[in-house]
Parts: sequence; structure tokens; C-alpha cells
Amino acid sequence: MTENIFKSENLTVRFDTPDGEVQAVSGLNLTIAPGETVAIVGESGSGKSQTFLSVMGLLAKNGKASGKAILEGRDLLTMRPRELDVYRGRDISMVFQDPMTGLNPSLKISRQLTETLEVHQGCTRQEADAKALAMLEAVGIPDPKSRFRMYPHELSGGMRQRVMIAMALLCEPKLLIADEPTTALDVTIQAQILELFAQLKDRFNTALVLITHDLGVVAGLADRVFVMYAGRVVEEAPVDDLFEDPKHPYTKALLASTPRIDTDLESLEPIPGRPPNLQRLPKGCAFAARCAFAEAQCREIKPALNPVADRRTCACLLVPTEERASA
Amino acid sequence: MLGSEKRDALVDALEPDHGDGFAPKGRSLTEDAMRRFRRNKAALVSVYVLGALILVSLIGPFFIPFGYEDPDWAAFRLPPDFASGHYFGTDQNGRDMLARTLYGTRVSLMVALVATLVSIVIGVTYGSIAGYLGGRTDAIMMRFVDIMYALPYILFVILLMVIFGRNVILLFIGIGAVEWLTMARIVRGQTLSLREREFIEAARAAGLKPFQIIRRHIAPNLVGPVVIFATLTVPEIIVTESFLSYLGFGVQEPLTSLGTLIAEGADVMEVMPWLLGFPAGFLITMLLTLAFIGDGLRDAFDPKDV
Repeated sequence: MTENIFKSENLTVRFDTPDGEVQAVSGLNLTIAPGETVAIVGESGSGKSQTFLSVMGLLAKNGKASGKAILEGRDLLTMRPRELDVYRGRDISMVFQDPMTGLNPSLKISRQLTETLEVHQGCTRQEADAKALAMLEAVGIPDPKSRFRMYPHELSGGMRQRVMIAMALLCEPKLLIADEPTTALDVTIQAQILELFAQLKDRFNTALVLITHDLGVVAGLADRVFVMYAGRVVEEAPVDDLFEDPKHPYTKALLASTPRIDTDLESLEPIPGRPPNLQRLPKGCAFAARCAFAEAQCREIKPALNPVADRRTCACLLVPTEERASA
Repeated sequence: MLGSEKRDALVDALEPDHGDGFAPKGRSLTEDAMRRFRRNKAALVSVYVLGALILVSLIGPFFIPFGYEDPDWAAFRLPPDFASGHYFGTDQNGRDMLARTLYGTRVSLMVALVATLVSIVIGVTYGSIAGYLGGRTDAIMMRFVDIMYALPYILFVILLMVIFGRNVILLFIGIGAVEWLTMARIVRGQTLSLREREFIEAARAAGLKPFQIIRRHIAPNLVGPVVIFATLTVPEIIVTESFLSYLGFGVQEPLTSLGTLIAEGADVMEVMPWLLGFPAGFLITMLLTLAFIGDGLRDAFDPKDV
């Protein structure tokens, strides 16, 4: 595999709150290759969004990121905002969750789209307009010319999400982060948007990070999946392997709780209990309290993320590591 | 939106053939608000009345055979009278009241516009920067506003008079420079809530610098509140000007303003009521129409409250 386009080393995100410090992301290591699609899966509050907000320098005021987030050899976390502005929108861009609020209500679509081009590439208005129109066409907006002149409130939710995607792709970023891009859309539109992502990433050879809690989304689109729980990666695997043979008990539970067309509704098993309080993480495995397989050692020892098979890692004491398995 | 027509033409040139020729133009929130505004009868009538008043005060003096400062030696203290052509009568010095009232209206309006413009420019810039940057910058900037608020207003005006002399325009640029305080507070508050919206986050993610975000994303969203507040500022400044002129700080003879005229008329209202009545009528009409327009705009920009 070629050089990674993005790499995070020991990425940690902390928030200072009145009730004490909250550690939203703890020591995250992940790598993304050019053109690859990586999915980050986890429940609400597992730190999946905060990871990438910290990379983009968009953490809330009380948030602090430490560790490294390296995009093509440059650490984004140590950059001053002014420096970061050069890369944000050009090499790394983001599609937000809610297309209803993600567009400026008082600016025409044309103006919002061409903005990044004018800022990053110094395009003239005419060039920018031409590029933006072509991009609207590419994201499958019918009659782009007339939409181009409209205001966001005149477009439907799916249409707006397409506009946001077009906006993120205009400078042909090397890494596109999609933060729950389909959560606010209805199911039929969801499928269309996912299809669109699949097309676009091939066309522009953009690496895609898909942040989602929806395993259905993951199955169709991702190459590799990171499962996060309580701010840590608990399992990493190629997507087919993950669905076929989940190793970590949390992944198993997550899959068992996801409705599928080929199983009965009765066979759905909710995960008992709630995610742990991030202020007071347990000493051992964070999932131990909810885990059906937990043993005494699970509550004492924090499992490390170990390789368990070819291109797979898992953080569970009960899953034999690769060396142990082969030994 | 600036240059919107030009850009539409550009887009047409880029993609000339689109079959049916159906290319609806987008309608902005401001345009929607204007449509609602036009449905408000009181506000609409007020716009026409105010428009007529402005028009008359601008072109009226050209049709009056009397200057605002030239005494008519044949008519002193003349009540309104059609035969002599002094429709509003004359004052103690034989000057035509119609000419003087129209001139006064001109001066009052100009002063109000200049001061409001100054207050908008300073207030919006200051308020949006304070609100967007937040934190310590915001605290320092707003404490400065608080201090300015605490200074007695009249003291300030007298200070400005010392600096600017008796130049009316400069004086009212100065008044605008005091008026901006409230504007800055309103704009800051609005910016604070805008800043948390997701499209600002998206703009940051797109690599826009803070001042680009303020100019391109915050400012256009401030149109509503700023326009509304401006329509409320205009009458406030007219009243301020009248008050200052009444005290003798404002416009100097022979130039006049509505406030000066009212002040002079009030002294003699028992013997020559027309000297008070006409300028007062003009002032009241102006203030009322502006109030209705401001009200209409507020309803139009914030339809939830209707």
C-alpha cells in the first residue's frame, strides 16, 4: 500500500466542563490510504465526531486536542488557525450532518459554492461559476442552472445535502470527512446520497471518512471499519470480515442489535445498559459492564488494541491475538 | 444582493440553452420579507406618505417664489393666506413659512440619514467583530461601549461642538458616532447566536478566515435587525436634532430645521399658532410614518411574531 494520506497518533480530545474533565477521545491511532473509504462506527458519545472536529480545528472552546493528526506529513493539531485555513476546504473538507442548517440562509447557492474556489484557488468569478455548475451536475442536481440561483430554503433536504457535498468536493480535497451525512435524510434519499458518495470518491479519488452509527451505511460503502466505544477504537477490520466474523463483543452486540432484512425482528438484541460516563471511565475495559462475556480480569485490565488476524485489530482480552493464536 | 443581475447574465452565458427557458430566479429571505411588508397596509401607506414628504421637501422649494431666508417686506406675521402666495403664512421677519418648513424638513432628514448611516457603519462593524471573535476581545470591546454609554450625552455633544465647531454635518456625524452604541449591542447579540449556527462551522471547515466569515456569512444575516433598528434610529435622531436645536446647539440661523422652527414657534404659539403648527405637523407625520414602517419591517422580517 502506498503512503498514508492521513494518520493520527495517540489523538486525544478532552473537554473542560464544570463537572470536571471529560475525555471524549483517548489515544486514537488510525491511518487512511489515498482513495480509501474508512467508516467510523459507534454510538452517540463514542467520540467519533469529536475526533474529526479536532482534526479540522473545530472543537468547542473548552475542548483540547493532543497527540498528532498528520495530513500528508503535516501535523494539523500544531497549526495556528491561519495556517490551518490554507488546508481546510482545500486538502481536507467536511460534510456536516444537517443539511437544513449547514447552508447560509441568506446567500444564494452560487455564492456559497464558489466561495471555496475563490478563497483557495483564486479563481475568477467566471471560472468559479463554471466549475461550480459542473460540480452541481456531478452531484446529480437536476437543472443545476436554476438551482444555482436559488436560496437554500428553496431546496429540499436531499438537494441541500447534495449541494453541501458539492461544496466540500469543489477543491477536490484529498480527504473528505462525512459526519453522519445521511442521518437527517429520509431513507430513499439516504440510498441516493450513499450511491453518490460511492461514485464521487472513485471519480475524484478522494479518501472518505464516513462517520456513522448506521451499520447499513457502512456495509455498502466502506473498505475498512473502525468501531469506537467510549473514545477508543475497539475493533478495526475490512468491512466484509467485520460483518462475517465480528471479534469484539461490542461489535457483535452492535450487529445483533441492527435490524436486517433477512432476519426476524424478534432476533434483534438490544445492548443492555448505557455507555460509561466519560468523566469516570472504569479501570478495566469500558464495555465490561455491558458485555455478555465479561470476566473478572476485564474489570481490572484495560485491553490494548492488538492485531488478531490479517489486517484486523481488536481490543479485547478474550479475543486471542494473532501471535497467541498462531502460537 | 450586489451584482446579482450581472451574475445571472453570466450564468446564462455559461449555460445558454436550457430547453424550456424555465429558470426561476431564487427568492431571498429579504425578498420574502419585502413581499410580506407590501401586504401591510399601514406600513405601505406610510412609505408613500413619507416618500411624498421627502419629494416635496426636495423639489418644493424650486416652485416657491420666496427664499427661506429672504424677508417679504410686504408681509410680516402674516397668517396662512392664499392671496399673497404665503400658504403657510410668514414669521416675524416676513420669511415664508412654507419655504422654511420645507427647508427644515430637508435639513432634519439629511441630518437623520447621515447620523444613521454613520451609526450603521460603525455599529455593524464593531458589533459583529466583537460578537464573532468573542472571549476577551468581546469583553474589552463591549466594556468600552458601556463606558461610552455612561458618559452624559449632552456633555458629549458639547465636546463634539468644540472639536467640530458649528458645522452641522460634522456635528451629526458626531451624533451618529454616539448613536452606534445601541446598534453595536444589537448586532453583537445577533452575531453571538449566528456564530453557533452550523453554516458558520461549515464556513470555518472550508478554510475561510474570521473576517471573511464576518463579511460573507454574518453580515448578510444581519440585514433584518439592522434595517429595523435603522428605521427606529432615524426618528430618534430627528428628535435629538430638534432637542439640540431647541437648546441652541444645533442648526444656526438663517438655516433652519424642524426643531428650530418648532422652538421658535412655541414661543409665540398664542399669537401666531401657524409658526408652530406647520413644522410640528411635518415632524409628527415623519415620525409616525417612520414608526409604522419600522413596525411593518419588524413583522415582515420576523413572521413568527405576527
